[in-house]
Amino acid sequence: MTLKIPRYDINREPFMTQTPDFNRKSQLLQTERTYKARINAAIQLTPEEKLFQIQILDPKERAQFSCLPGQFVMVELPGCGEIAISISGSCSNHEFIEICIRKVGKVTGMIHRLEAGAMVGIRGPFGTHFPMREMNGSNVLLIAGGLGIVPLRSSIYWVNEHRPDYKDVTILYGARTPKLLLFDYQYEEWRKVFNLTMHTIVEEPDENWTGPVGLITQLFDQVPIDPDDTFAIVCGPPVMFKFVCDHLSALGLPMQRMFVSLERRMHCGMGKCCRCNVGSTFTCLDGPVFDYWSVMNLQEAI
Amino acid sequence: MLYKTITKENFRRMIEGLMEDNDVFGPKWRDRDKNGDKVYRFLKLNDFDELQMDYTRTYSSPKNFFIPFKETLSTYDLAETEWDQQIRYTVHPRVIVGMRACDINALRKLDEVMVKSAFPNPYYFARRRNTVIIGLDHEPLEDCFCRSVNADVVFKGFDLFLTDIGAKYFVAIGSDTGYRIVDRFGGEEVSEADQDAFKSMKKRIESKFKTQVDVTIVPELMDLEFESEVWERWGDKCMSCGSCAMVCPTCYCYGVEEDVDLSFTHAAKQRFLYSCNLIDFAMVAGDHNFRPEPHIRLKYRYYHQFRGFVEAFNQSLCVGCNRCGVACLAGISPKAVIDDLNETEQR
Repeated sequence: MTLKIPRYDINREPFMTQTPDFNRKSQLLQTERTYKARINAAIQLTPEEKLFQIQILDPKERAQFSCLPGQFVMVELPGCGEIAISISGSCSNHEFIEICIRKVGKVTGMIHRLEAGAMVGIRGPFGTHFPMREMNGSNVLLIAGGLGIVPLRSSIYWVNEHRPDYKDVTILYGARTPKLLLFDYQYEEWRKVFNLTMHTIVEEPDENWTGPVGLITQLFDQVPIDPDDTFAIVCGPPVMFKFVCDHLSALGLPMQRMFVSLERRMHCGMGKCCRCNVGSTFTCLDGPVFDYWSVMNLQEAI
Repeated sequence: MLYKTITKENFRRMIEGLMEDNDVFGPKWRDRDKNGDKVYRFLKLNDFDELQMDYTRTYSSPKNFFIPFKETLSTYDLAETEWDQQIRYTVHPRVIVGMRACDINALRKLDEVMVKSAFPNPYYFARRRNTVIIGLDHEPLEDCFCRSVNADVVFKGFDLFLTDIGAKYFVAIGSDTGYRIVDRFGGEEVSEADQDAFKSMKKRIESKFKTQVDVTIVPELMDLEFESEVWERWGDKCMSCGSCAMVCPTCYCYGVEEDVDLSFTHAAKQRFLYSCNLIDFAMVAGDHNFRPEPHIRLKYRYYHQFRGFVEAFNQSLCVGCNRCGVACLAGISPKAVIDDLNETEQR
């Protein structure tokens, strides 16, 4: 007597031939299937940072890709590695995705060697987003330190695309030196066209710098903040969150109206590898965007 | 649930019959440890007599049949500026005999993460769907504390679950496949005497638990005692080897690595089991380490097991098998750490 157990072959299920839609995360997807994307432009912003405009090649995949400010994608170089990178461009741009990458490790170093025409793999978008629609009708304070301007930039685009929905929108941006201020070619456009107020500050000025010098919290003196009608988005190094958010708390801004974006090591982007574990949760699923109240409840978040 | 019984002769026929057409895995005796005790491991059975139905515990857990130490996620054929990505989730049906209630409960916890949460994992799903699980009750060992974490009994997640009642096995049937197997190989209706034998065996098992771990307020203590010296006391012993996570039936953390062959024509994306105790677990590019010290990493291992998972799924990740305690080179056992944590509260 024998009994052959029938095989359950998931390779024959419909999801195997469908383009994975990472926004439908409860469905069975080919989780490792990447969208092939071409680098349309690779722009050197500073010696360490490059902006990439990448276009998903397949028109169907491109049309399906839809993201919100604050989300991230996994960028893969087959055979080299895969990294989590914030979306930096406009989320209403359905033609190409903008990502800004600092050359700091193995994969980012390799990506920096790529020029226009090269291909990368994209999975995503993943993670939570800045709740831009919740902020409708209020003032918005966008605060960035250093590379923090990169994820914040998609919110800046969002505000411009929905400008009547918001009252006063202010960008506070600090960097170590004037040369490290990213996207400086856009500031005039943000002020004039986007109708935003923008203040910049550096810690180490050079001979041409005429603006304020010091830490980002010093800019608060120049900005009137209405704690009853303001939302804040804070992006930057973890040490900055505490100073900035504590300052805003002291002004009376509720912690649930302050949003920060955390960064951790990630290997999957889908809550499986545990590498981005913070407190009781994972940065890739419940983050990277958390409100400050949640952050206060996550051990070792900042 | 339906129950049947099967005589031990028929059980032998059942395993031999299953081995004819399927891969069957079970606990096999591989070696002796430093105390002279037998070391068992879940391995492919070539003969029924290799199957050790009286085994104590396996050093590593059967988790690796579902989450292998290393697996290929996708492969690439590389061209000049292009590539072709291949992904397959091919698993041939197999049978695992002899899994303990704790190990099956461990799988159910992994199901929560891998199947029922966001982004169901197709690799795990394919393995789970193609594996027939025949569980086996046992009298607890000295250090089993599955009872303290509610992992000593199991009602789901298996196809068949056997309890030894002398000349027969009492069989709980957990699936249609399980039903067909028992039916094919001479399962019998449960008699009054079988039922009595089952009850007394269950009582006997229950009376044998020696180790208790009080986890009642551990989720709270994980926060309240976050800065406690308990973590340094145990964490300073930790050698950050990651053995605990390798043998753990529920640890599922992993890393992903990509390799390219010497001809630059083929690449592979592979994932390998990792451990939150390894030094670079939370290290990011630029060498910043969010968890630089062994005691911080050890604390987070417990934090995930007894706090994070509880918050997400209303149960601890730990199933009380103490494999990590046995494997630890530094003598760190979960019972000792949690007892210490509880005592801190009383001080």
